Amino acid sequence: MNFTLDNMNSLYLDVLKEIGNIGSGNAATSLSKMINKSVNMEVPNIEVVETEKVVELFDDEEEITVGVYINFNGSINGTILTLLDKESADNLVSILFGNKPEGDIYSEIESSVIQELGNIMSSGYVNSISLLTSLDINISVPSVNIDMVSSILSVPAIEYGLESDKLILIENRLIIDEEKIKCFFFFMPDLTSFDTLFKSLGVLGNG
Amino acid sequence: MDNNIKIGMADYKVGEKDNILVTLGLGSCVGVIIYDSANKVAGMAHIMLPSSLEIKNNSNKMKFADTCIDLMMSELLKKNINKNSLKAKIAGGAQMFSVSLNSDSLNIGKRNVLAVKEKLKLLKIPIISEDVFGNHGRTIRFNCSNQELNIKSIGKGETII
Repeated sequence: MNFTLDNMNSLYLDVLKEIGNIGSGNAATSLSKMINKSVNMEVPNIEVVETEKVVELFDDEEEITVGVYINFNGSINGTILTLLDKESADNLVSILFGNKPEGDIYSEIESSVIQELGNIMSSGYVNSISLLTSLDINISVPSVNIDMVSSILSVPAIEYGLESDKLILIENRLIIDEEKIKCFFFFMPDLTSFDTLFKSLGVLGNG
Repeated sequence: MDNNIKIGMADYKVGEKDNILVTLGLGSCVGVIIYDSANKVAGMAHIMLPSSLEIKNNSNKMKFADTCIDLMMSELLKKNINKNSLKAKIAGGAQMFSVSLNSDSLNIGKRNVLAVKEKLKLLKIPIISEDVFGNHGRTIRFNCSNQELNIKSIGKGETII
């Protein structure tokens, strides 16, 4: 059988949750190494949500958020979007630099730090998937944009929209130095990659 | 009274007189407004993808430029309008992330804009003004009574086209 997000049963969801858990742990560890501080993580929340409902996670569709986008290729192909609300991104910048950024626009150095954090966290994800499945996966240079949440979310909505009306959403809450960081990952393999992923984990037969 | 009519992703709405048609935070999607200025009737569509013909999973007609504009046109034609004096304004189609990609999916904003223009040309509806492409999101508000399209972006302020 072929996998689609619309026919996903609880077994596949459990597998994705486990990947999300391990990936989140790995991402938090990578982050902790980079900033040289302990990072506490709550159990991640992993859901399959309707594309059009994703923006409802935010109170204000025009809320400023930071998106870090990478694509991966190799045995499986797809993209990961890491999304931080502005407050969380500000908190991260302040943990690293000692003071919070002013206004809506980040300086070049602040923006490159956020890019690097997104890179490290998404790599943590991809690494754990690669380790679990022994699949070969490479990732691209990350791209950062700071904009209204619904315009950033149009990117995963459209990418998934080609195949499905649903999205896989992984929500992480981290605590560093008592500062709260809320971070969303949109893990978007293309549909043939889902098949490869599940087959390599032994949950999808070849027949 | 609230005269705003909000249009979500993959949706369209028709308004008239003092209605304001609103779409918050357009990214790579395209907002299309088709209006009759004399009768103060307008429709706004929020389009996600260029064509329903390219994709297997095309059950949601509101997602695509071709089918969504058709649906909106049939709704508009039920109103008191002059079909021959319809005009259009468009906004959106940004490329939010500039990762170099083997797939062209990231340039979907541009393809959306081109698909919308193609469709409007087929319908013989002239585009009066546009604010498209770039790498920033846009919130758009169309005033049905004076046909002004207000566009707001982060760090860029507001413009009217």
